[in-house]
Formats: sequence, structure tokens, C-alpha cells
Amino acid sequence: MEIKVALVGNPNVGKTSVFNTLTGLNQKVGNYPGITVDKKTGNTRLPNGAKAKIIDLPGLYSTKPSSKDEEVVLATLFNSKNEFHPDVVVVVSEIENLKRNLFLFTQVKDLGFPTVLAINMADQMAKNGIELNTEALSSALKTEVILISTRTGQGIEKLKEAISNFEEISTEGILDLASVDQKVFENLSYKAWLSRSQGVYFDNVDIPKDTLFESDIKRLQQKESIKRYQIISEALKSSYTKDENLATGFRAKADKILTHKVWGYMIFFAAMLLVFQAIFSWASVPMDWIDEQFARLSLWASGSLSEGKFTELLTEGIIPGIGGIVIFIPQIAILFMFIAILEESGYMSRVVFLMDKVMRPFGLSGKSVVPLISGVACAIPAIMSARNIENTKERLITMLVTPFATCSARIPVYVIIISLVIPEKKLFGFVGLQGLVMTIMYFLGFLTALFAAYLLKKMIKSTSKSYFIIEMPQYRWPLLKNVFNTVIEKTRAFVEGAGKIILALSVLLWFLGSHGPASTFGKAEDNVTAKFAHKGLSVEEVQDEIQGYKLRNSYIGIIGSSIEPAFRPLGYDWKISIAVLTSFAAREVFVGNLATLYNIGSKGEEEVRVVERMREEVRPDGTKMFDLATGVSLLLFYAFAMQCISTVAVMRRETNSWKWTIIQVVFMTGLAYLSAMAAYYLLK
Amino acid sequence: MKLSDLSKNQKAIIRNVDLKNIPMKLIEMGFLPGNQVELLLKAPLKDPLYFVIDGSHLCIRKETATLIEVELLTVGSNGN
Repeated sequence: MEIKVALVGNPNVGKTSVFNTLTGLNQKVGNYPGITVDKKTGNTRLPNGAKAKIIDLPGLYSTKPSSKDEEVVLATLFNSKNEFHPDVVVVVSEIENLKRNLFLFTQVKDLGFPTVLAINMADQMAKNGIELNTEALSSALKTEVILISTRTGQGIEKLKEAISNFEEISTEGILDLASVDQKVFENLSYKAWLSRSQGVYFDNVDIPKDTLFESDIKRLQQKESIKRYQIISEALKSSYTKDENLATGFRAKADKILTHKVWGYMIFFAAMLLVFQAIFSWASVPMDWIDEQFARLSLWASGSLSEGKFTELLTEGIIPGIGGIVIFIPQIAILFMFIAILEESGYMSRVVFLMDKVMRPFGLSGKSVVPLISGVACAIPAIMSARNIENTKERLITMLVTPFATCSARIPVYVIIISLVIPEKKLFGFVGLQGLVMTIMYFLGFLTALFAAYLLKKMIKSTSKSYFIIEMPQYRWPLLKNVFNTVIEKTRAFVEGAGKIILALSVLLWFLGSHGPASTFGKAEDNVTAKFAHKGLSVEEVQDEIQGYKLRNSYIGIIGSSIEPAFRPLGYDWKISIAVLTSFAAREVFVGNLATLYNIGSKGEEEVRVVERMREEVRPDGTKMFDLATGVSLLLFYAFAMQCISTVAVMRRETNSWKWTIIQVVFMTGLAYLSAMAAYYLLK
Repeated sequence: MKLSDLSKNQKAIIRNVDLKNIPMKLIEMGFLPGNQVELLLKAPLKDPLYFVIDGSHLCIRKETATLIEVELLTVGSNGN
């Protein structure tokens, strides 16, 4: 038999470390059906030889749900038919915040589970002057209490042993509801009370009719909380001592500096600068290398495979398509690494505290900082990280404006356009003009996000009460293992998600570009040769004309010409129009698609980089296609337009509303179109 | 007095909580009558406020802190 073990605990207690330690690399991440809450499960072998499935549930403070993440936990615990309904629950807590952590423990134990209490960070006890008598606590809480440390490995074996003996653990509740109110709880069980007061669903509980008002329920809930804390205080009184002076010395000093009115903001700014520096300079080394390898691979494949349709698909469709996504890995990985370090160390909470009042005039919360920064890597995890914003309006606005942050998919688009239209000059002899424009694009993204947030704040009516609460965790050295795990997980999700779309699109584009109607495309040679028969062109020139004719008359050429009028006011020809249109699936396909479009039919020539080919592209009147006006128009279009199917899908799921999803797409794309058009006409 | 009126490093005991308007989450996290609370820091723009309450380090906004009534502890008695 396989034992199902659920890990439950407050945020910041190192629950994920415990999960990693228990399961090793033997774990998998998925989504709960319908919502994108990470569902982590893993297997471990218990000392008695039994197999255990460990389920890592999102962190929460109590069994009263206040976010989607928390609802997942409750659905698992409350519904005995749930696939992950556990046989035994391990409540992970941490030694420094034991009292508040135990609040959740008492609630879970009252649900009737065999509940093991694992107290993490035992290695920090001496440093913080904490002493704990586990036996006394164990008898007071009627369960197994185990001190563990994921840093030193202390207590992990004992924890596994306790799990394997779960059938011996008492399932007796902690709180006697009659002590809260004798009369009300005479016929009301704990589960029925939870259903009654919070509207949670149990699959096997009847709720008796009663005459309780909203105000009665709140009063009883407060009384219940007070009772729980009384029981906890009583239990800790005889088992737990803490030297407050030792515990708070470093924290107090660090808090003072990190939230200082001058130093606080300067340190935050410096940290951000370091992150961006890393994304641009450090990441460019592996990125150049990846770029080179894919170019080589393409060349090798076309040289060593026999000529034919499949080789063409490989060298012109699939290899550049995959290359276009793999090249992002260094940037995404570095960004997620920094975010993981900032969160694990406890610094991110200080940033939230520092920025809350600054963000509020824009209808945002201090907690919006995390999504906006993560948005620089990818809007999808960023939008999901807005979940812990308590205020509905602030959360909605955060999700609506996060896609304006310059995500890494925009980088290759910006890089190629900037290198085409911005001269490689230095301002004042040391500021590179191209780099400056790149920086401006990032600021443009953030400023537009703030501006849009301000507009939305004025537009959205809100009736829900605003509140904000954040815990300031103790400072800790980030665990390398955890940071590494997060980076691998997020990067893999990005590559798999975006990779599928890009691969499919590049294959489709290649197919449409190399096929066409028989009457024109099929007779390209005859038609062109006839046309230029007496013009005295060399064989190469005739070949070029044939290739051009083929592209214009391929299916992609036909589609391109028909949508070109819509993009003409922005200064785009049919090739750019195709690249822009396909970018609505995902921006990162732009460069790959341009490469495919400009590469189709360029066989036999020496490898010329796409940039060079684009630089040579001219309009019918002989002027350069990629001039300043078209370039700036493209930059603005990509800065503002909502061009990412995955983000749209995540928005729909997270807002649970088509209305807001559509408003976002229309607003962003409308802004993109109008500003690109304005730029084109002003610069023309 | 209200929790929002505390100055830095002042300690107080929570006397009453505006149950009608306060989210239950705050109560469950320790903002309960009888608990001792100390204002550790104010953010640079005087809001939010950073408290230590019954061993927990928590920040809430000023407007929420006005919903909690406290009694200042005089210097010398620290509630223990």
C-alpha cells in the first residue's frame, strides 16, 4: 500500500526544502486541473519498507481560505474523494515562529487527521537562544513532535519513521468547541462549523439549520482564535523558551538599513541594476555560444543530408525555430535565480514594505513589485505570482499591467531592430547609442505599466474592503539546492510551453512558404524566364527573380499580401506583416519567422546573417525597408501589443473572466497600433 | 488609542478589534485582544507599519491599524 502524506505549513517555513529532502530528485510538478497552482508530488521509501507519496501543498496561515492557492489545500484536506486526500498530514513549522505556526497545526489536527508536527530550522536554535522540550510539547499537543533541519539533515530519518507509524498517532482534536460557546456548539461538529462559517465543502457533513447572523459568526471565530492561542500558549509555556535579545539583534539592524528612506531605496535600485546587468552582459556569453551552435547545426544539416523536402524543413523550419527558444534559456534562468535568491533570503518582503505606499497611487500594492520584476523574464509566472495580493482590485490591476514589463521574448526583437535602425555611435564618447535605446525600451515598459495602472484605478469600481498584510521572515542564506530547483523548474516550464508553439508555427510557416497554387507557384520558372527572356540578365539574376516570384506567389505570400493593408499605416511590407501577425502566438517567433521568410529560396548562397539580408531589403521605390520610421514603429508595436497566447490563457484562468482578458488584449493592441502609426508618420 | 497612533518602539496591549471591518486573517495571525504589540518601524512614507505581535513580525497598512484599539504600556511595565 502507498501512504499519502500531505505537507502543510505557513509560508516561509522551508516546507519546500523539507519536500526536496524527503523526495530527492524523485518528484514531479504539474498543475491542479483547471487552475495553475503548482502541484508537487514525489515518492520516498519509509524505514519499514513502505512506499510513501509526498504531496507538497501551497503555504497557508489558516484553514480559512483567502486565495486560490489556499483553496487547493483545503480541497485536498476537506474532500475525502480528492485524489490527494492524505492518510497522514505533516505540519511543517519553524522554530522561531512556533506560536503562530501552531495555530494552523491545531486547525489541521481538529480535522481528524493523524498529524505529525515537524519543527524546521532546528540548527538556528542556539544562535537565537531558543530551547524546546519536545516531549512536553508532544504530550500537550497529543502527537509526534520532531525537530528537523533541512540544512544539516537532522531529524529527517525520525520524521520518516513517524510517518510510517502514522496509525499509532492520536487523531483526537485539540480545541473543545464547547469552551467557545456551549449553546451554539451543542449540535455543531467542527467540520459542520467550518462549513457553516466559511462555506467550505465537505463531502460527508450535514449542516444543521441555525439562526446565526454574520456578526455572530465573526464573534465566534474571534473567540475560537483566542481559545486556540490560549491552548498554544499553555502548551509552549512548559516547553519553549526564547531569548528575545539574541533573536532580534541582527534582524533589527538589517531591517533598519534595508527599509531606510535613503539606503533602502538605494539598495533596492542597486539590486535591480545588478539583475539587469546580469541579464544583459552575463547572459550574452552563453547566448552567443548557443546562437553559433545552432547556425553551425543548420549548416551541417544542409551540407550533409541529401537535398529534399525533409532537409529543407529541418534546416529552414525546425532548427531555427528551436534555436529561437533555446537562446532565451540563459536570461530566463539568471532572472529566476535572482528572484529565488531575493525571496529565499527574506529581502523581497522588505522591498514590498518599502514600495507599498509608492505603488498605491497607481492602484497597485507593494506586492505588485514581485510580478512586475518577474515580468521582465516572462509574464506567465509573473501573473501567477500576483495571487498573494489580498485586495481584489489591486490584484486585478497588477495582472492587467504586468504584460507591459519588457519580457525576455521581446529582447531578440528589440536587438535585431535596434541593430538595423540605430547607428552604432557613442554619445559623449562613452554611452553606446544602441544600448541607450535598449534601456529606454525597458523604462518605457515600466512607465506604461504604471500609466495604465493609474487609468485602471480610476476606471474600476471596487466594493471589496482593502487590506494588506505581509510577514517579515527572518533573514536567511538562500539554500543553493532550492534556488537551483526553482530555476530548473521555471526554465523547463517556459521552454516546454513556448517551445511547442514556436516549433508548430515555424513548421507551418515553412510549409506555407514553400508551397503555392500550381498555376503561378508551380510555373514559376516558365513565367519568370518568359518575362525576362530578352532583358539580358545573367543566370544568377534570373534565379533571384524566380525565387522572389515563388515567395510572392506561395501561400504565405498570398496571405501576407491580403493582410498587408492593415499594417501599411505602420510602415510594414507583407513580410513584416506576416512576422507580426504570427507573433500574436508568441513574440519570440518574430526573428525566427523573419529568418524563415528571408531564407526561403536562398539556397546555394553562402550563409548570410538574417540581419544583413534585412538591411539590404528595399521598398519598391528603392528606399531602405528598415529605416528609422519603420524601426521605431516596430519597437513600439512590440512594446505594447498583447502578443502571447499563453499569457492570454493564464489571464483567463487567473481572472476567471473573459471580460478582463479581452479588455487587456484590446487595450494593449490598440495602444500598440496607434502609437506605432503615430511614430511612423512623425518620423517619415 | 488606536494601533495606528503608536510611535516607533512603543508597546501596547490590544484591547478591542473592529470585528465588522477587520479581515479574519489578521485575527488568525495574532491581532487579538489581550496580545502585546510593538511598533518596530514605519516605512519611509509613514505607511505601512511594521509590528511585532506575540512573536510574529507583521506589516499592515495604517488604515487597517485604525481598526484596532490598544492601550499603551507605560515604560517599566512590559506586559510579561
